[in-house]
Amino acid sequence: MPVKKFIVGCFDDEKTLFPAVKNTRKKGYKIHDLYTPFPIHGLDQAMGLRDTSLHTAGFIYAITGTTTALSFMSWVFTKDWPMNIGGKPHLPLPAFIPIIFELTVLCAAVGMVLTFCYLCQLAPFVRKDHFHLRATDDLFVMPIEVTEKTNIEEVKAFLQSAGAVEVFEKDAETGWWLGSYATERKLFEKEEATVTA
Amino acid sequence: MASLRYESQTREPLVDGHKTYHDVTEDICKPVEAAPTRMWWIGFLVSAALLLFGVVSLYVEVVYGTGMWNLNKTIGWGWDITNFVWWVGIGHAGTLISAILLLFRQGWRTGVNRAAEAMTIFAVMCAGQFPVWHMGRVWMAFFVLPYPNSRGPLWVNFNSPLLWDVFAISTYFTVSLLFWYSGLIPDLATLRDRAKKKWAKAFYGVTAFGWTGSTKHWQRHESLSLVLAGLSTPLVLSVHTIVSFDFATSVIPGWHTTIFPPYFVAGAIFSGFAMVQTLMLVTRKVLNLQDYITISHIENMNKVIVLTGSIVGCAYLTELFMAWYGASKYEFDAFYKFRISGPYGWSYWLMMTCNVITPQLFWVKKLRRNIAFTFLMSVVVNIGMWFERFVIIVTSLYRDYLPSSWSVYYRPTIWEVGFYLGSFGLFFTCYFLFSKYFPVIAIAEIKHILKKSGESYKEAMDPIEEQSTDEFAAKVAHAH
Repeated sequence: MPVKKFIVGCFDDEKTLFPAVKNTRKKGYKIHDLYTPFPIHGLDQAMGLRDTSLHTAGFIYAITGTTTALSFMSWVFTKDWPMNIGGKPHLPLPAFIPIIFELTVLCAAVGMVLTFCYLCQLAPFVRKDHFHLRATDDLFVMPIEVTEKTNIEEVKAFLQSAGAVEVFEKDAETGWWLGSYATERKLFEKEEATVTA
Repeated sequence: MASLRYESQTREPLVDGHKTYHDVTEDICKPVEAAPTRMWWIGFLVSAALLLFGVVSLYVEVVYGTGMWNLNKTIGWGWDITNFVWWVGIGHAGTLISAILLLFRQGWRTGVNRAAEAMTIFAVMCAGQFPVWHMGRVWMAFFVLPYPNSRGPLWVNFNSPLLWDVFAISTYFTVSLLFWYSGLIPDLATLRDRAKKKWAKAFYGVTAFGWTGSTKHWQRHESLSLVLAGLSTPLVLSVHTIVSFDFATSVIPGWHTTIFPPYFVAGAIFSGFAMVQTLMLVTRKVLNLQDYITISHIENMNKVIVLTGSIVGCAYLTELFMAWYGASKYEFDAFYKFRISGPYGWSYWLMMTCNVITPQLFWVKKLRRNIAFTFLMSVVVNIGMWFERFVIIVTSLYRDYLPSSWSVYYRPTIWEVGFYLGSFGLFFTCYFLFSKYFPVIAIAEIKHILKKSGESYKEAMDPIEEQSTDEFAAKVAHAH
């Protein structure tokens, strides 16, 4: 897991947040991400993120469910073991509709939720580094990545002028690992190799 | 930019009390973080005791058979299926509030949707008990699933509504659980980040799945919620339709009618909202959440109750009309001899009073906004809806086509009552655990609507109200 250095700007009002995001991008600083306690309408466009295709995936899962249900029931009742149940036809399509519909919805829902968790790297026991505990409370937290070319003081001053209520530097690990939130966070440190003669 | 959004002054604020985002977090998380009170322990232990009694009743039923429930020939379904349909009906309100009100863009759903969805999940869990345990030989319950077996393989009968029920209820439970939990993840992350105790950090850390609040993740979360809502809406309508098919596809007089699907769905929403009212009125008082579950939320739910109650009343009258107008003498007798009069006439009139007459009182605004009256009404409606299912099932079965098989009066045994009480035990045990350890209101969703519908922001609308429409339009056009 790479450890990177960030300069974090925290905002508390949407009115200052949107212009700040626009100006940060105009200045060319690399926004690592923007953590908010709730979804803010229009923020993903302001950040230049592409639209999600999760609903398309959902549709594909739904079609899978429909096909599975229809083909399985048809095979059972026409090929595998056709039976005379009260004189009903061997391929009673209206009778199949409830189960086809239910399986469509089930496959779509389960598939979408699992895909969502996979894409967002969400699962039980997943542990990540968080930039500010109030990102899930009432602050909008924007870490900006620090490269060799970045002038830290310049970025800090810019964030202050953009209306940030808190600005600080932080070393953090990106990505996720398996762990518990009950244990203290210790950053990965390179140990000096000692040679005993 | 956001301040120029106009929200009408005739709508009451959805969040009272001039709250900030942090206030919202504090108000909803504080009861979760506090230790369980004595009242909670009493409620929880009483529910657990009821659950235990239910387990004992089920033991008697499994060992000695369904005869322990006084079921006999012709009355093959009694309290068991009545309870099943009653619980499934209650579950429908939660999905309606979360999914259908989301698609209708009704902001007021945010105050009650989390608890209502939890109620749905617990109600469906309770509902599922009844078809399983009423099988008699429950150890072969897995026979209802189409799995490859060594008996042919012998598959299930896909023509049967009883099997459609299996798929419908399992799908409904799974999808409701996924919808509820995916909405819960960001709120669990809030609790995780606030947690001070070690077990709380570990518990909420695991259950929050590592949620960070990243904008990309929120974008996907919104897309997921919208699609799940779009899926859940036809799902909830289909599930209770399929439950109604258990009756409508038969030939029994009083059951074999096409009015059942819309009638059952409306009845389900009716009883479900009544149960939501019962739970919400107590929850908001005990957890001090009157600013989030406001009197206008209560009023809106009462409006839905009067609407669906009227639909149910209309369905009753339609059934009576068709029984009289139609040519079937069996249908005529089923209603006019064996339902509105006869040994079970009392249950029919109780049902009519509770479901048709009493909800009409909610046309009166003062009563809609009265807490005590709403609580009383919600209990009355639930009792009435239980009797509706009882009337449908038992009064059609005890007098069907052949007079020589007409059954004696059906009275429940203690084991049957025990099973029903056990389902209450299961429901309330789960609800007590939920309300103690999980946020009962969707924190992130409330914050999302706070700046549009909170009290402070409503007051900010006052100067905009003063402007004329042309001035406002000009301002919006120039402010990019």
